[in-house]
Amino acid sequence: MSDAVGAPPDVAVEPSASAPALVGGSPLLRRLRRLRFGVAAAAILLGIVLSALFAPLLAPHDPLVVDIRHRLSPPAWMAGGTPDHLLGTDQIGRDLLSRVIYGGRISLMVGVSAVILSATIGILAGLAAGYFGGSIDWIIMTVVNIILVFPFVLLALAVIAVLGPSLPNMIAVLGVAGWPIYARVIRAETMAIREREFITAGRALGMSHLRLIFRQILPNLISASVVIATLQVAQVIVLESFLSFLGLGVQPPIPAWGNMLGEGRVYMLNSWWIAAFPGAAIFVTTLVINLIGNALRDWLDPRLKL
Amino acid sequence: MRRYLARQLAQLVVVVIGISILSFAILHVIGDPVLLLLPQNAGKEEFERYRHLLGLDRPIYVQYWTFASQAVRGDFGRSWYGDVPAFPLVMQRMPPTIYLTFAGLAVALLIAVPLGTLAALRRHSIVDTLCTMFATAGQALPLFWFGIMLIILLSVRMKLLPASGYGTWQHFLMPSLSLGMAFAPITMRLVRSGMIEVMSMDYIKTARSKGVAERRVVWKHAFRNASIPVITVLGLQFGQLLGGAIITETVFAWPGVASLTVDSIRNQDFPVVQCAVVLLALIIVLVNLVVDVIVGFIDPRIRAGA
Repeated sequence: MSDAVGAPPDVAVEPSASAPALVGGSPLLRRLRRLRFGVAAAAILLGIVLSALFAPLLAPHDPLVVDIRHRLSPPAWMAGGTPDHLLGTDQIGRDLLSRVIYGGRISLMVGVSAVILSATIGILAGLAAGYFGGSIDWIIMTVVNIILVFPFVLLALAVIAVLGPSLPNMIAVLGVAGWPIYARVIRAETMAIREREFITAGRALGMSHLRLIFRQILPNLISASVVIATLQVAQVIVLESFLSFLGLGVQPPIPAWGNMLGEGRVYMLNSWWIAAFPGAAIFVTTLVINLIGNALRDWLDPRLKL
Repeated sequence: MRRYLARQLAQLVVVVIGISILSFAILHVIGDPVLLLLPQNAGKEEFERYRHLLGLDRPIYVQYWTFASQAVRGDFGRSWYGDVPAFPLVMQRMPPTIYLTFAGLAVALLIAVPLGTLAALRRHSIVDTLCTMFATAGQALPLFWFGIMLIILLSVRMKLLPASGYGTWQHFLMPSLSLGMAFAPITMRLVRSGMIEVMSMDYIKTARSKGVAERRVVWKHAFRNASIPVITVLGLQFGQLLGGAIITETVFAWPGVASLTVDSIRNQDFPVVQCAVVLLALIIVLVNLVVDVIVGFIDPRIRAGA
């Protein structure tokens, strides 16, 4: 019986799918073009993820091995570079390419785990605020507004200052600081869904609040959550690298794109590559994740304004 | 208008109280000031003595009340590092941060308004596609890396501009460009979508059929109306803009609040961090209020609806 009640969510997709057709000039073509970018971006991201996963097999050198004789050697295509170090070496002769490959591990791990943390908190808070309304809604949304007023960076800096810089601390900070954005979107969507017939019907059938929230409402919010989460991964990666850049995140000698950039900054007068390549890695990763996020939004939930 | 203002002010008070609780909680609930103050090998009695001396053995709400009532009077305690009052120390560093923020905003608008308008007027053209690509790439560009690349290119290589510091107008160029580039993409998107929406309105057709010159239609009739959502969203984004200024400051050694905050975090100088966080948040809240009032003033619909 409950399955019959659960079915109507399909109807929810309909208005959102037809909406862009009214707005765009040639919506189908545009959507396909956007998605094509998304697919290409997904292929690049897959490459980045695989290279991070299989870093020990792919990296030509150990990222931690110091080789003072070959310090500050430029990329292979420049005068003085060797093919042995394709992207050159850093201030103590560590192979830059290997460090960039290994650095991806930190960025992706921090990005994904922080986002899982903030999505969990944010979706639960948003569901509670949107479903129950009243004072629960007021309390949650006040907290959301307070955190959203704060610049993300400032909050992260302040908490790291107290907890001390370390990998788990950073994941915790980025995870906890990121949840309000989910809460806000999920709350608005929940409030809209709560008024629909299939919820009223479910309530009339005597379903519990928990069942209504998790079995009837939550499935309708998956696509919105996935889109926000994807775009948030990119944000978190940039923020992680900034904290590591300041020396407040991942600590050397563990290679992370951020702390490589921070260390390389000192040598930028003569050796631009130490700072340039890890930064380029951050840029490309963020770019492809954003492209995937945009494509996912166009595909799953074009109404979503993010 | 008066009721609208009263509501905004009430919200402001709630948010400010929330911020003070949050910044108090960061130090006193997540962390323990005594652990930060005393050397690690200090004895247990030593800890207890200090805890009593600093009043940290009192109930937490009593401590918060003391903190809040002193903070209202501008007393955020003394810097643990330099033993000077924290408040004037932070205030002294405020002007450079504010100048940088507004310079960055100006650059963002200078890039975004012409590009966004052009993209909206020539929708689906090459120009539009290029602008969208610029926005997508720009959003993924890590601000601190872009700043460093600017330094390498313009200061180290071409020796055109000072790499860091503060004082002359040359010092302003690279930091405000970095910050502006970080905010140009989102601003451009807002201008573009706002202009597209407005240009399809009936009053634009009316203006054109009256024989109003196209330039006048675009800037006088359309842009004025399109600017309302832009101002609203930029107001909400002000916190992120200030966050961007924080990142920019650390890259260019800009002597603002952010450099002070980061230095204070390194020195574990808590009263200064706390004071800076609270004051920055206060500025953000005030700017949000001003923007709300301006928008409510321009657009009576918002006043009534909100």
